[in-house]
Amino acid sequence: MRKPLHIVACLLLVWAGAATQAETLAVSVEDPYVELRTGPGRGYPIFFVAERGEQIEVLKRRTDWFKIRIERGEEGWVNQVQLARTFDLNGEPTDVPSFTLEDYADRRWEVGVLYGDFGGANVVSTFGAYTMTPNLSLEFWLSEVLGRFSNSQLINANIVHTLFPERRFSPLFTLGTGVINTEPKGTIVATEDRQDNIAHVGIGIRAYVTRRLLFRAEYKSYVVFTSRDDNEEVSEWKAGFSFFF
Amino acid sequence: MESRILVLLLAVGAALTVLTGCGSTPVAQQGNEQPAVVEPEVERREITVADIDTENFEVGAFIGQMSIEDFGVSTVSGARIAYHMTEDFFTEVSVGTAEAEETSFERLSGAAQLLTDADRDLTYYNVSFGYNMMPGESFFGENRAVNTSLYLIGGVGKTEFAGDDRFTLNIGLGLRMMPRDWFALHVDVRDHIFDIDLLGQEKTAHNFEAHMGFTFFF
Repeated sequence: MRKPLHIVACLLLVWAGAATQAETLAVSVEDPYVELRTGPGRGYPIFFVAERGEQIEVLKRRTDWFKIRIERGEEGWVNQVQLARTFDLNGEPTDVPSFTLEDYADRRWEVGVLYGDFGGANVVSTFGAYTMTPNLSLEFWLSEVLGRFSNSQLINANIVHTLFPERRFSPLFTLGTGVINTEPKGTIVATEDRQDNIAHVGIGIRAYVTRRLLFRAEYKSYVVFTSRDDNEEVSEWKAGFSFFF
Repeated sequence: MESRILVLLLAVGAALTVLTGCGSTPVAQQGNEQPAVVEPEVERREITVADIDTENFEVGAFIGQMSIEDFGVSTVSGARIAYHMTEDFFTEVSVGTAEAEETSFERLSGAAQLLTDADRDLTYYNVSFGYNMMPGESFFGENRAVNTSLYLIGGVGKTEFAGDDRFTLNIGLGLRMMPRDWFALHVDVRDHIFDIDLLGQEKTAHNFEAHMGFTFFF
């Protein structure tokens, strides 16, 4: 009993140590004043101002808002626009990075969720993508198809070619393969679950919305290699959003 | 006469001393003392805005009541994780479980059971998009103000219930109260909408849920 307690205590100490060592940045106000809000959003009231020349300490960030502490000890939130108009201790304007189209062009990872129609049934998909070259990325998809007569799970790996990787809108082409696991609904037909291989080609569009957010819509044409004589063909339309890192 | 010359010489000497002294003192200071002041500055780590700790994720748990259409009201509990994209928009993944009660029919007929115990377990998985509609403050007494945000939320997902996975839409309204920057309390009302044909005819079921929870930002 004592050992786990010790471990927990040690972990807490390490965590507390890490927390106190959190890095803060000191900058000086260059605008006539900087407005401190009670919360990280434009809807929260301004309760204090820091004047020109005052030194402020930047503690943490949430979306586009920064929590700061001023010399008098008051803590509040300022917008990144105001923080960008401060000077760092070398007298240079503070560099406040915000996500732009350039960061989008340099992305490495992308994760997202899409919703749509898979041969008349609802489909919800999640995917993760790794960008190998600016144009080519490798994607791994998990989809859940929820229909009236059957439910299916799809696992797919595909390769995606983005035509204009650095532009705000770009068409993309996808080619992939995977497996589909189908469970017919018991109340309607009494058949066994089945697993089939599946392949697809597709076309889509990816658009940079803002910050880390992307919009994505696509059409995929699947071929299900069934154990029967005929292969089954299924069309899928879906749209959703993703984030890049 | 001699004394006059001596006084003159002394004055010139003093003036020279003072002049050269004035000129040389700052030089001497720069030469000797400045390095001691400068050196620690050179060793100081460069911290940029990119090094600042970001807190855009919110994770937590909730407990409440859920009305499962035809199956009474039962306790629901679950977990959620959210990512705040901007001050206005966030995306949330949530999982919740509840156990369905008996329908009126089951209770009145006595023995007939529509569902096995395992099929009575309801589990939902949602991916939702939220909009912080009304950020502001709530006041408790004269001197206490707490940051709040009223949000609209909706999304898609699936519900495992009565031996089947059902496509589910969810829509709701929530209140986030933040007594600390890193800690929030939630009150949520959500409608989970799915189709069910368990009682003979396919119909759209509305399953209302009200829950309270807490989250931590990291």
